[in-house]
Amino acid sequence: MVKGRTGQRVRLYVRGTILGFKRSKSNQYENTSLVQIEGVNTKEEVAWYAGKRMAYVYKTKTKSSGTHYRCIWGKVTRPHGNSGVVRAKFKSNLPAESMGRKVRVFMYPSSI
Amino acid sequence: MAPQSKLSLGIKRASRSHTYHRRGLWAIKAKHGGAFPKAEKPAAAAEPKFYPADDVKPRAPSTRKPNPTKLRSSVTPGTVLILLAGRFMGKRVVFLKQLKSGLLLITGPFKINGVPIRRVNQAYVMATSTKVDISSVNLDKFDDKYFARAKRIKAKKTERELFETEKEATKNLPDFKKDDQKVIDAELVKAIEAVPDLKTYLGARFSLRDGDKPHEMTF
Repeated sequence: MVKGRTGQRVRLYVRGTILGFKRSKSNQYENTSLVQIEGVNTKEEVAWYAGKRMAYVYKTKTKSSGTHYRCIWGKVTRPHGNSGVVRAKFKSNLPAESMGRKVRVFMYPSSI
Repeated sequence: MAPQSKLSLGIKRASRSHTYHRRGLWAIKAKHGGAFPKAEKPAAAAEPKFYPADDVKPRAPSTRKPNPTKLRSSVTPGTVLILLAGRFMGKRVVFLKQLKSGLLLITGPFKINGVPIRRVNQAYVMATSTKVDISSVNLDKFDDKYFARAKRIKAKKTERELFETEKEATKNLPDFKKDDQKVIDAELVKAIEAVPDLKTYLGARFSLRDGDKPHEMTF
């Protein structure tokens, strides 16, 4: 979060939901997470998001660097299946409690 | 000289004196004053102290020079860009030129949206199709050195001074930078006001709303 932004709040990220980890029926691979990006429903639409950075933001009880908010950075790597779900790799693996929670998919690095 | 015929391996047809005469060695001797000319041996090179284990050619240094980042075709001088990150995220801003380091030189203009003359990386920028006429602006004095941090002259510190925090860390912009901003803005604002609604457009910030799909939007 930016320090004391008192002006307009602008959202320059697309909301996404963390679905879980890449997995087969009985094995899961936590280094890759699956993310459902709002409004993206097909494999072709995912192409725009490839490589875009994402941040999983969460709150903690203790303060670090002056704030209770922390974040894990990651990026969209590739589509997952045909219906717009996306694979993502984060700097460190996401915690299991992130499943079902929101992730921010930014619009950079931009290629427009 | 005509080939010497052999009677058998090692036995020549002609004798030594015969071949001496045939070869004309007597004539060469006479030409050089009775003695056979001796070729000068090249001076023996000093034996090197070190012989490398393998015969490897030394690699020639690369003569390749790095280029600034390739500018996207959508980004041309005068294009309105949307900043995607940083202090001014969402602001619509005018692109002036690409600097030698590859960064993009932009300005708000400051009067319109508070963005000063700044450098920005191309990856954090979205180009729109809106263009501003920028031909009347002189950008020669802006390069990467203009934006270098001002070096603080460190005088030798005494023990006492070390414990005093540096309160001279002034964040004031030098005056010449403020003047440069005014000069550039004067030209640009004129060009902007000539286009209807462009001023309010540049003053407004971009934001995503509910239902917006950036992958389907054209900018």
